Amino acid sequence: MMDEVIRRVRRSVAALVLVGLVVAPWVVDDYTAAILARTLALALVGVSVALLTGVAGMPTLGQTAPYAAGAYACAVVGSQISDVGVVQLVVAAGAGAVLAALTVPLVVPARGVIVLMITLAICELVVTVLGRWRSVTGGTDGLAGIAAVRPFWGLPALASDQARYLYTLVVVATLVGAVLLLLRTRVGLVLRAGRDDETRLRASGHRVPLYLSGAHILAGAIAGAAGSLLVVAQQYISPADFGFDTSALLLLGVVIGGTASVGGALVGAALVIAVRDWLFGVLPGHAPLVLGVLFVATVYLLPSGVKRVRGPRDRSQPPTVPPSRPDATPARDHATVPELRA
Amino acid sequence: MTCLLQAQDVSVRYGSLAALTGVDLCVHDGQRHALIGPNGAGKTTLLNVIGGSTKPQRGSVRFAGRNVGRLGPAARARRGINRIHQRPAVFPTLTATENVVVAALPRVIRRRRWWPGGTRRTAQHRAGSLLEQMGLADVAAVPAGHLAHGQRRQLEIAMALAGRPRLLLLDEPAAGLSATEVGRLVDLLRALPRAVAVLLVEHRLDLVYALSDTVTVLRDGRTLAAGTPDEIRTSPLVRQAYADGVS
Repeated sequence: MMDEVIRRVRRSVAALVLVGLVVAPWVVDDYTAAILARTLALALVGVSVALLTGVAGMPTLGQTAPYAAGAYACAVVGSQISDVGVVQLVVAAGAGAVLAALTVPLVVPARGVIVLMITLAICELVVTVLGRWRSVTGGTDGLAGIAAVRPFWGLPALASDQARYLYTLVVVATLVGAVLLLLRTRVGLVLRAGRDDETRLRASGHRVPLYLSGAHILAGAIAGAAGSLLVVAQQYISPADFGFDTSALLLLGVVIGGTASVGGALVGAALVIAVRDWLFGVLPGHAPLVLGVLFVATVYLLPSGVKRVRGPRDRSQPPTVPPSRPDATPARDHATVPELRA
Repeated sequence: MTCLLQAQDVSVRYGSLAALTGVDLCVHDGQRHALIGPNGAGKTTLLNVIGGSTKPQRGSVRFAGRNVGRLGPAARARRGINRIHQRPAVFPTLTATENVVVAALPRVIRRRRWWPGGTRRTAQHRAGSLLEQMGLADVAAVPAGHLAHGQRRQLEIAMALAGRPRLLLLDEPAAGLSATEVGRLVDLLRALPRAVAVLLVEHRLDLVYALSDTVTVLRDGRTLAAGTPDEIRTSPLVRQAYADGVS
């Protein structure tokens, strides 16, 4: 009964949030629409963090690296080659995937805290390169004046913040849906099994490094696509968008949302980024304090994240396990097996 | 008759400790072979060498006529060597069915490489029948982490069989089981298809004599004796070894 109530409340809240996201452009001002679009882009990076941290078991602080690669690739393409959104998305996702593929030999063989350290180093290296490669990236000044995007060939450019927000929402919804579908396939199942017990997975004959490499590259592609959305939302990028603080906030958001849940990661990352950006104006200088309190409160009160609020008899509680059916393999007492009495 | 598994002159050292010294072993197709001996005799080390998780300093391991010495555990599992661990190794957050599906997938993928949509369904079907066979159909949807120890052991056997092995390595499968659960385990192991050879490491001699066709006795990393259960039971060497404090 309680489970059913919680399930209904959860569904209702999710439906309300979805409706709110769809109608938002018609009820909020330009500034808020722009913040929402940027938040959605960062939430999509949060999904890539959750894919690696919660599903594949590789905790990462480095998803801002493919995010930056995607954003800069998109900005360069948008300024010089094409203003078509689909082209920019594919290029950005490709750039993120290529960067992730290049770092596979460093990341995939490592485990635990070592992964965190390596991915953090990669992130810092990428930010340093962005700041120094002035001819392409504009250095620490970044790239500005990027043309407004057209979603497809023949469609008008997205001139308003509201239109750009809706474009971002559609892309994020499509990509999150694709990730959720992927996690329902055997690939998702094997990744979850590897997170549980990698040695056991190897003993079953699975090529574990192949699956982890695939997850790393896919997460890179998602982060790269998110970078394209950041460019669409801001029309300006600089290395400051991809620093360690963004990586840490994304990981914090994913922990708050529940690492093993894509939806939770989306909510958690969006929540953290929104709190940071809105409180920046409301409580100048106090946003980090509020985020810290939010993090501590979540870890103490909801150790599995906000998405994992469950009823008293939900799956997180040990269910009543019926004994194995005796008729399938008749159990005999040890002493009744003649050979075993010897 | 050629050996399905042939270990020759296998030696493993851990620093100054010789865990195995020149051990030979031959297991035929469908044979039930047991490894016994006191603690520290090298039984589990030999199982690790055959399973691929320990590399010997000397000697070779051949399986189905091929040298598998350079292969890791995953590659050996794909060739048909599956293992059941002393402590049941399952995926705790996955359901019993999902556990068996994961274990079945490498085999199914290899056979149905060009029909990716069907692999999950085929593995699911195989998992259903194996869980039924193991008496776990009622807990198919329960996360493995919530199963009792004996049920996890049955689940691990189902997982091992899902890969359609030619050789099953059993490392003290009765450890931690109640008398009733041991009885069930004996039934399950006896019901294994004859196409599957078994290499059993077990301290409980009653279980060894009930299940095995042939027995090898190890002591201090060397082969002490080998033969049928009756020969081993009456061997003065083995009696002497056990009188020296073997459990």
